[in-house]
Amino acid sequence: MTDPFPTRGMKPSLEEAPTQDRAPIEREFTVEERSQARQIVRRFMHHKLAVASAVVLILLFILAFVGGHFWRYNYQEFTNDLSQSPSWKHPFGTDSNGVDTFAAVLRGTQRSLEIALFVAIVSTAIGSIYGAIAGFYRGALDTVMMRVVDLFLTFPIIAIAAVLGDKYGAKAQGWLFIAIIIAALTWPYVSRIMRGVVLSLREKEFVEAARALGASDRRIIFRHLIPNAAGPIIVTVTVLVATAILTETALSFIGFGVQFPDTSLGLLVTNAQTAVDTRPWLFYFPGLFIILIVLSINFIGDGLRDAFDPTQTRVRA
Amino acid sequence: MFAYAVKRLLLAIPTLIVSTFVIFLICASFMNPTSFLFGHGQPPPPRVVAFERHKYWLDQALLPRYWHWITGIVVHGRWGPSDQGFNIGHEIFSRLWVTSRLVIAAMVIAAVLAVIVGVISAVKQYSITDYTLSFAGFLFLSLPAFWLAILLKEAGIHLNTSFGHQVFDTIGEQGFGSGAGSFSDILSHLILPTITLALISFASWSRFNRGSMLEVLNSDYIRLARAKGLRNRTVMVRHALRTALIPMITVMALDIAAIFGSAVVTETVYQWHGMGDFLLTSIQKQDQFAVLAWLLVAGFIVILFNLLADLLYAWLDPRIRYD
Repeated sequence: MTDPFPTRGMKPSLEEAPTQDRAPIEREFTVEERSQARQIVRRFMHHKLAVASAVVLILLFILAFVGGHFWRYNYQEFTNDLSQSPSWKHPFGTDSNGVDTFAAVLRGTQRSLEIALFVAIVSTAIGSIYGAIAGFYRGALDTVMMRVVDLFLTFPIIAIAAVLGDKYGAKAQGWLFIAIIIAALTWPYVSRIMRGVVLSLREKEFVEAARALGASDRRIIFRHLIPNAAGPIIVTVTVLVATAILTETALSFIGFGVQFPDTSLGLLVTNAQTAVDTRPWLFYFPGLFIILIVLSINFIGDGLRDAFDPTQTRVRA
Repeated sequence: MFAYAVKRLLLAIPTLIVSTFVIFLICASFMNPTSFLFGHGQPPPPRVVAFERHKYWLDQALLPRYWHWITGIVVHGRWGPSDQGFNIGHEIFSRLWVTSRLVIAAMVIAAVLAVIVGVISAVKQYSITDYTLSFAGFLFLSLPAFWLAILLKEAGIHLNTSFGHQVFDTIGEQGFGSGAGSFSDILSHLILPTITLALISFASWSRFNRGSMLEVLNSDYIRLARAKGLRNRTVMVRHALRTALIPMITVMALDIAAIFGSAVVTETVYQWHGMGDFLLTSIQKQDQFAVLAWLLVAGFIVILFNLLADLLYAWLDPRIRYD
């Protein structure tokens, strides 16, 4: 504990809280020690829009997953109020079957967020491990693995998802199948970024040190390389998640996504496309919720980018 | 440079071959062109099933079928049987012509818009202009393509009504009757879909351009250029923008697959008879070889663009040396 230089910049993961009980070091001037995680959180907090977006996203999560149970209507319930415009009783109005649009939008939001979470977890896991292995071993293995990635990137996601979704989209748990397809087609983007970062990290001294200490390849990849690549990966994943939500809505729009009796925001907009003039609430509310979700994820991504990579943020005079 | 180009071309060919096999595998396992025979109550007579299976080559094993299909296209120019009453080869290229009008027009507009917006945002970083443009960029990044398309279509119809005559055409890729297919006819059908696709696509490019522009403006050689007394305009255009644009090429080329995807949705809203309609109808009808043709053409274009981007990148950036 007599190290005069506090270990800054080497703590990789967000979980590691700074040690508070360390005795203060005697100095001519006081320097507050900040872990990298805390610096990142601090920088993120400076991005007002990102913080606001994080709050909005959390509220949407609560609204969709908890609020739906307490709302007085169910998204499958046919009320006697047909094609009502927004009122206290039905804040987002009703459709021609009397279904409360607010209840349907909540359900759709739930679906979108579930797909977002699934894609975030699965693509990140597969993509980072795959990319880290390719970048770490280099050589022939890397070439082959990256050709596979190139192969995935040649297919327009919507087209492949439509081919696959036609067979499974209609079944129960259709959203899960769509989430699996989107994750299966988006992980290559993560692995590309991961490989690039690992290629430069593997030459750094700390990897050499780990190897000198006798660490196995697996330990180096999972304990040293992947955590240190967290920044660019998290930023990439936020972009991917935003794309995933838009892809689901687009798939539902062209008829290969979530199907009736389930509902999604894309499906709601699709059903309302002829009613933009006559019953605008059916078209605008689900659309606004899509935009709200995707916009907040994009802003959070921007905030994280600034937080992880502060070098880019200001032009020198 | 020449050796690099040849090497890159030779690498693209196996990628293309493997991708044809993968799309064949996907279509063979997920699509069934004879499915229309079933599900109408009583099972169809075995002779009919055998006939239909033979028609779609289903009596052959997977690998011979793949060989039959790929050699048919490469050697004889035959794209396989279809039950939609057209020659797949002819049909897909006429559809491609329709869609490429939209995609190319939208990409050009999006690229110009992205460069302008990106440069202004970077130069006036953290100003009101930057914040406004950034917010608009994020907004367009978050809009579902079909939602914006429907909105613009409605706006076009309203404008037509208020002008009292047809300014924007909102249905189809060209009109009917005497003026159909003329330049002005095609142009007036092109406007709204192009705006839709360009607005959806430019945002991520302008964000990227802003980032790479900032990175360049932070570099030492820009400071040197300023220090030796160059005019601001010269510094910006000759030194900063030229360097910042190089990585944009890769990003734009990689986005071609996504733009094709958005074009499918945009065309659906405006009821174009382009690649989008071709794909969706073919999937609904389980027309296996038509879907295969679509994926093959799209995959070919994407691989071609990636190749071009790599070559352009190597040619434009003298710092990159390949051996």
